[in-house]
Amino acid sequence: MEQKENTRDKIYNFIIENYLFGDTDTELKDDESLLAKGIVDSTGILELVLYVEKTFNIKVKDEDMIPDNLDSINQIVRYINDSPHR
Amino acid sequence: MCGIAGIANGANENQISQKTLEEMISILKHRGPDECGIYKDNHAGLGHARLSIIDIKTGAQPMSNEDKSVWITFNGEIFNYPELREDLIKKGHTFKSKSDTEVVIHLYEEHGVECLQYLIGQYAFAIWDKYKKEMFLARDRLGIRPLYFTNFSGSLYFASEIKAIFTACDISREIDPKALNQIFTFWHPVSPRTAFTNIYELPPGNYLTYKNNEITIKQYWDLHYQNDMMDCSFAEASEILQEKLLESLKLQLRADVQIGYYLSGGLDSASVVALSQKLGSSNIKTFSVAFEDDEYDESSYQKILVDTLGTEHKEIRCSYEDISANFPEVIWHTEKPILRTAPAPLFLLSKLVRENNIKVVMSGDGADEVLGGYDIFKETKILEFWGKRPDSKCRPLLLKKLYPFLPAYQSQSKEYREAFFKKALDGSSDRFVSHRARWDMISKVKLLFSERIKSVINGESPEMDLSNMTPREFSNWKPINRAQYLELKYLLPEYILSSQGDRVAMAHAVECRFPFLDHRVVEFCARIPLHYKIKGLNEKYILKRLMKEYLPKKIIKRAKKPYLAPDSRSFFSNNKVPEYIYESLSEKNIKKYDYFKYKSVSHLVNKCMNKGVVGFKDNMAMVGILSTQILHKHFCDEFPRSGNVINNINVMR
Repeated sequence: MEQKENTRDKIYNFIIENYLFGDTDTELKDDESLLAKGIVDSTGILELVLYVEKTFNIKVKDEDMIPDNLDSINQIVRYINDSPHR
Repeated sequence: MCGIAGIANGANENQISQKTLEEMISILKHRGPDECGIYKDNHAGLGHARLSIIDIKTGAQPMSNEDKSVWITFNGEIFNYPELREDLIKKGHTFKSKSDTEVVIHLYEEHGVECLQYLIGQYAFAIWDKYKKEMFLARDRLGIRPLYFTNFSGSLYFASEIKAIFTACDISREIDPKALNQIFTFWHPVSPRTAFTNIYELPPGNYLTYKNNEITIKQYWDLHYQNDMMDCSFAEASEILQEKLLESLKLQLRADVQIGYYLSGGLDSASVVALSQKLGSSNIKTFSVAFEDDEYDESSYQKILVDTLGTEHKEIRCSYEDISANFPEVIWHTEKPILRTAPAPLFLLSKLVRENNIKVVMSGDGADEVLGGYDIFKETKILEFWGKRPDSKCRPLLLKKLYPFLPAYQSQSKEYREAFFKKALDGSSDRFVSHRARWDMISKVKLLFSERIKSVINGESPEMDLSNMTPREFSNWKPINRAQYLELKYLLPEYILSSQGDRVAMAHAVECRFPFLDHRVVEFCARIPLHYKIKGLNEKYILKRLMKEYLPKKIIKRAKKPYLAPDSRSFFSNNKVPEYIYESLSEKNIKKYDYFKYKSVSHLVNKCMNKGVVGFKDNMAMVGILSTQILHKHFCDEFPRSGNVINNINVMR
């Protein structure tokens, strides 16, 4: 449980820091779509993948790079936790 | 090509000050180093800094008609002046010079403000009609030459550049938060708004009259698309396009000095060179920007063209240091915040041109807007196609074909690409659907705005001005025609022809000419069927077919790559970051100027300095913040109010 909290905070902070210039005023719910909210644009996903790979020591396969896995904080956390490469 | 300035008193009874006119023209000296002149009477004054290109001996300005009742200060070129002159002579007008400027005076005498209908060219001018006590300002149809004005304390002040207006009067020098809202959405303020409060731009294709302290602005030209395109075969359209381009070039090759050519390595500038050769031009000199950073460099294509076309070629090899070292001076010239560094290399290129004693260069700019060259048009086309069958699995696969020059776009998954663009499909009733994704992305940078700026723009849509300016039938046009209109009427004059065109070229007294922007070419291309311009997803198809016999296959076949320059990399990749960058982005100055939140700025600076993955938004934010800070310093903080007055200013009587 503690691990999950930790991962969630790391992801949340990364999104705030990396896509929102550290702006904590923007309301961001854990289940909100990052694409729909315009936070991740058509090219921004690579930054997220690089971060996830480096921080959590997993390899994100090309076929995993889909919105179903990575489009909200909850989905990203789930993806990381389910990742067999960890 | 020149710098112009002037004052007209409406409600102000004071005498026009000669010194003020001299100061206005002195600060524009870079635009016209060959000679300077002023004219004044009790109600108005005109100033002129001249770059002599046509009628070098007798074309000095300001210039008057025979009885000195009409005076003009003129910037630009009227390319069809010999034909107009001949007609006017037949009608009994006497000419004392061979210049194009004098043609405008007599044409005004003959037709009044309707004279604009007869002009083919790129121009901004002011005519003072002494008897009517009326000042008449006009700007060319596409917005190639600039013109700014303000009404301050009962007088009209105008000039080619805003700095001359700031020199002349005590108007407050403030950056307009509403303009920032627009710049950080569209990359430019929406004309007549400028980056500065109370300073206005005369929009392209408009004229202004000033009488009894009242300003009236009218549009005399606009671009119209129709959903039913011209009924002509591809062969007919090609033939007419070729005729029109050659006619445009033939007129634009008129000059009493040697003309140079910009060569980017792409199709458009190469076409201008090749078609000039077809018209008999020889010993052509070409000039290019090459980059030390391979990601931006196109010199291999430039070399192919130089070898094929046999031109005498010069280039600048632009480094990160070159861009960062010249950036503050570039902002002095752009007079607005910019979100890309691309104007800086062009500033250096015009310097090279001038060092080679060339005053006039031909450019291929405008072809992408006119003939559908940009990926945003293809994007619009794909979305329209996909939108007809939103469940199709095959149609969205076409999205992969977009932006081949952007590695980050290419390496994302198909699912992501589709999910991103799916948003636009849902917004097909949006009148600006073609640009929505781009504007939304740029707008994210506004998260960095300070509370002060946010509170001023709170609830204001940056699109309001744009909605008011577009024609009534705009919403009924096809999305791709709307996209072309937005590019041609806004991004082109407000950013490309301004920050990457006139300003950085005239900084070194170099005039750019744009054969693709003859309004007859533009109007014709707006009427031909879309699939002649973009066949499938093959952009500028009609031009490629036309140029096949003149240009190498490699140039015809290469995918469109827009002109880009390294952005934040230019400022932070060096071992030695220039001092002005630290100063501009310091906590003290960010807080003092109060446009941006310091915490976010410092966060971004750290990201750029640590050379992490810096995305589009980061790059735009970095360049936008830096240019806004520099602009404030140049114009609001340390503006040289009592500038130096140059010697040898002719006083016309």
